[in-house]
Amino acid sequence: MFSSARSHLSSFTTASLFLLAALLSMPAAAELRIEIVDGVEGAMPIAVAPFAWNSDMPEPEADIAGIVSADLHRSGLFDPMDESEMIDRPSDPTEVRFGTWRLLKVDHLVVGSVRDTTDGMGYEVEYHLLDVHSGRILLSQALTVGMGDLRFGAHRVADAVYEALLGVPGAFATRIAYVAVRGTGTEEEIFELVVADADGHNPQTVVRNSQPILSPTWSPDASKLAYVSFATGRSQVVVQDLYTGQNRVVSADRGINGAPAFSPDGRKLAVSLSRSGSPEIWVIDLESGRTEQLTHHWSINTEPAWSPDGERIYFTSDRAGRPQIYVMDADGRGDPERVTWEGRYNAHASIGLEERYLAVIYSEGDEDFRIAIHDRETDRLRVLSDGRLDESPSFAPNGSMVLYATRRAGKSELAAVSADGRVRQRLVLSEGDDVREPAWSPLIQ
Amino acid sequence: MNTALRFIALVMLAAILAACARETVEEPEAPEPPPPETPVEEPETERLDPRDFTDPRNLDNADSLLSERVIYFEFDRSNVRSQYRPIIEAHAEYLRANPSARVMLEGHADERGSREYNLGLGERRGNSVDELLRANNVPSRQLEVVSYGEERPVCRESNEDCWQRNRRVEIVYTAR
Repeated sequence: MFSSARSHLSSFTTASLFLLAALLSMPAAAELRIEIVDGVEGAMPIAVAPFAWNSDMPEPEADIAGIVSADLHRSGLFDPMDESEMIDRPSDPTEVRFGTWRLLKVDHLVVGSVRDTTDGMGYEVEYHLLDVHSGRILLSQALTVGMGDLRFGAHRVADAVYEALLGVPGAFATRIAYVAVRGTGTEEEIFELVVADADGHNPQTVVRNSQPILSPTWSPDASKLAYVSFATGRSQVVVQDLYTGQNRVVSADRGINGAPAFSPDGRKLAVSLSRSGSPEIWVIDLESGRTEQLTHHWSINTEPAWSPDGERIYFTSDRAGRPQIYVMDADGRGDPERVTWEGRYNAHASIGLEERYLAVIYSEGDEDFRIAIHDRETDRLRVLSDGRLDESPSFAPNGSMVLYATRRAGKSELAAVSADGRVRQRLVLSEGDDVREPAWSPLIQ
Repeated sequence: MNTALRFIALVMLAAILAACARETVEEPEAPEPPPPETPVEEPETERLDPRDFTDPRNLDNADSLLSERVIYFEFDRSNVRSQYRPIIEAHAEYLRANPSARVMLEGHADERGSREYNLGLGERRGNSVDELLRANNVPSRQLEVVSYGEERPVCRESNEDCWQRNRRVEIVYTAR
């Protein structure tokens, strides 16, 4: 009838259990709640029918259809039907009465079911995407997840639906890292490096310190975070393994140790070090510990960002007077080429999927600092945010959204905007702590 | 010389020594010296001269330039403005006179723009003060620059008044 593609997620399952084990000693962090501020007019009407629960295990709280609907809704590109408005609750394509769904003005329908795996160690989630108008099955898949990973399985379903309908991979089954600050400005100020699912659920505190933490960044396999710590009173770059809980100081030189960025192969870390007198871009070989200086200019050179193929490094430099984005070959040979020309201030580049778009902190004068996208092909800049102190842009791994930090009523919080500027989200922390320095993980394989 | 005379001489010497010792030890705790016989002429040696930049006590003396230990900067600038030069020169004099003294020059930036760039800016400000101190013959082993960028603001409102107070270098004595 239809072919069934299976994706096995056993490696992920094991990994996520390790993550839990490594972090169990830390109390859970507060959870982010995501609100849609602006969606797209004419978002695609879709219905995700409740998945049938065919397992001997008690049904967990994670409601797959609800999670898939919430993911699709959050993207701003879909308008999922509320479960209470559904007349039918089919869980298999054979049970679908297309006429009913056409009357409800739904274009697409997702149905599915969950059952135990034969070894009893997890769940098998089977799901189908149907075109309500033609009655065709667009997608039929099954995936296996571990006992505690049903939420992540649901995000995978949302990713598959998103890709089938939009032709772009989804980024729902990903994580975000951010810094939460408790007791800002008080004696008891506490900085926490937190990792959560991309929908804000399942927050885990990875590092806690009374000294500032900044610039978290993901390894390409999403197993590690590099960040800047002031735990010793001076800056140092630390690599934290999320599964083993181990951490390693990779740079604690005289002066600034900052702005880490993993190379796409995960073997190197580009950083900004001022041990030579002024901040320069260096590359640290993580295995041998060897360091190599790439820039040689008395100005500030920081915020390296690798091109997806690892051939080039973008960075911020004020060698022309004010901070602008430059690009150089990753071996440091040749002169860096200036990339941004519009505005007095462009910094902190985050590279989009095909290296065409760079998300930056932009300021026209020195009044408002906003998130903008620079188009490498047209050399045009498009301002996406409207805050006064927006910073730390981080592209979703599918290039669809840019996550960033903003201010609202004197507090810092996270926000996200679609690359075309049409969809806006607020990410609000339930306990009202300051949240900043977001970093979106790569796609998790 | 007979024994009695010798004894008297010794007692007098001891008394003088004790008086001298008392002078130096008690001085900081004696804010109000007894009214002098001639009110105009205060004995200079007993008073703390706020312009004596070699004296550690002036680090805590609000009347002395040595008690001023914050240099403020303009937006995105790292040059030390002329009004702050006397403060830096006073600390240079102190550091030259007290070779075991050490300072940490903590550079800071306001919250605008990128955090990592602001780390660089804070360091550049710290370096400006460091260079001025060295130009005033302070050995570099007495100096260390550390940048906190925008991570340690003293003022947390988002306006120019606050930003001005945050764009600074703090001269922090780690050893006096």
